[in-house]
Amino acid sequence: MNWKFTSLALVTLGLLSWGLYAALVGAPTEATMGDVQRIFYYHVPSAWTAFLCFFANFVASILYLAKRNPKTDAFAVTTAEMGVVFCTIVLITGPLWAKPVWGIWWTWDARLTSTLVLWLIYVSYLVLRRYSGNNPVLAAALAVFGAVDVLFVYMSIRWFRTQHPAPVIGGGEGSGIDPVMWHALLINFAAFLALAALVIAVRYRLERLRQQVEEAHAMKAIQDSPASVARSSR
Amino acid sequence: MKFLYAAYFVTWAIHFLYLLNVTRGYKKVAEEIRELERK
Repeated sequence: MNWKFTSLALVTLGLLSWGLYAALVGAPTEATMGDVQRIFYYHVPSAWTAFLCFFANFVASILYLAKRNPKTDAFAVTTAEMGVVFCTIVLITGPLWAKPVWGIWWTWDARLTSTLVLWLIYVSYLVLRRYSGNNPVLAAALAVFGAVDVLFVYMSIRWFRTQHPAPVIGGGEGSGIDPVMWHALLINFAAFLALAALVIAVRYRLERLRQQVEEAHAMKAIQDSPASVARSSR
Repeated sequence: MKFLYAAYFVTWAIHFLYLLNVTRGYKKVAEEIRELERK
């Protein structure tokens, strides 16, 4: 373990603890929803982190399609997995917030449906990677479609007025939150970003090791093939 | 409050399970590397 990784791990741990304190204790209780609104401090930063992971996956996929470098492919699969992890959290914490506030777990409105579609696209991406003979080109092409849905998810509450609330941040006139709530939100966003960076670093190293093992297996298979044995015996 | 605690618990459970999965991946790759070296 090098010092950079250890430092990032310590910073992440500090930010996560600070974020948890800010969300549960530091931030004021929201007037209408009460304490359940504190889900916001995990739900929204998880969504932002998922979007960033999917954007990183999009960039890496484009680079892979252009250059066919296995390093960018490893980075793409790593960011897709991390994005799916955060998107899963969004899809579970959302209904847990919706039930006490809206009275329903789920509704097929534009934001919720497009987020579910986004999750399904990236789960398909990962399934495609695992069960189709690890086809990175096809998966990279699918990732480009996923990136389009990221834009749609982001814009959906600006384009459609449905069950999901309008954006409280960057939503134009009348939007906005208490500065202390902002503070708690940003700390948790920084904490989740740091956690994502840390896990991506670990997972990327694993993916590179896997690629190297696969290469070694392929080389060994070539060396052991009958044609290769015949050539060497001549 | 139970919904709030459930949301926070689920968040950490998902991260924990994912990290567990990555750890298992490392163990599997380490085993494969050892096997390759033996051959």
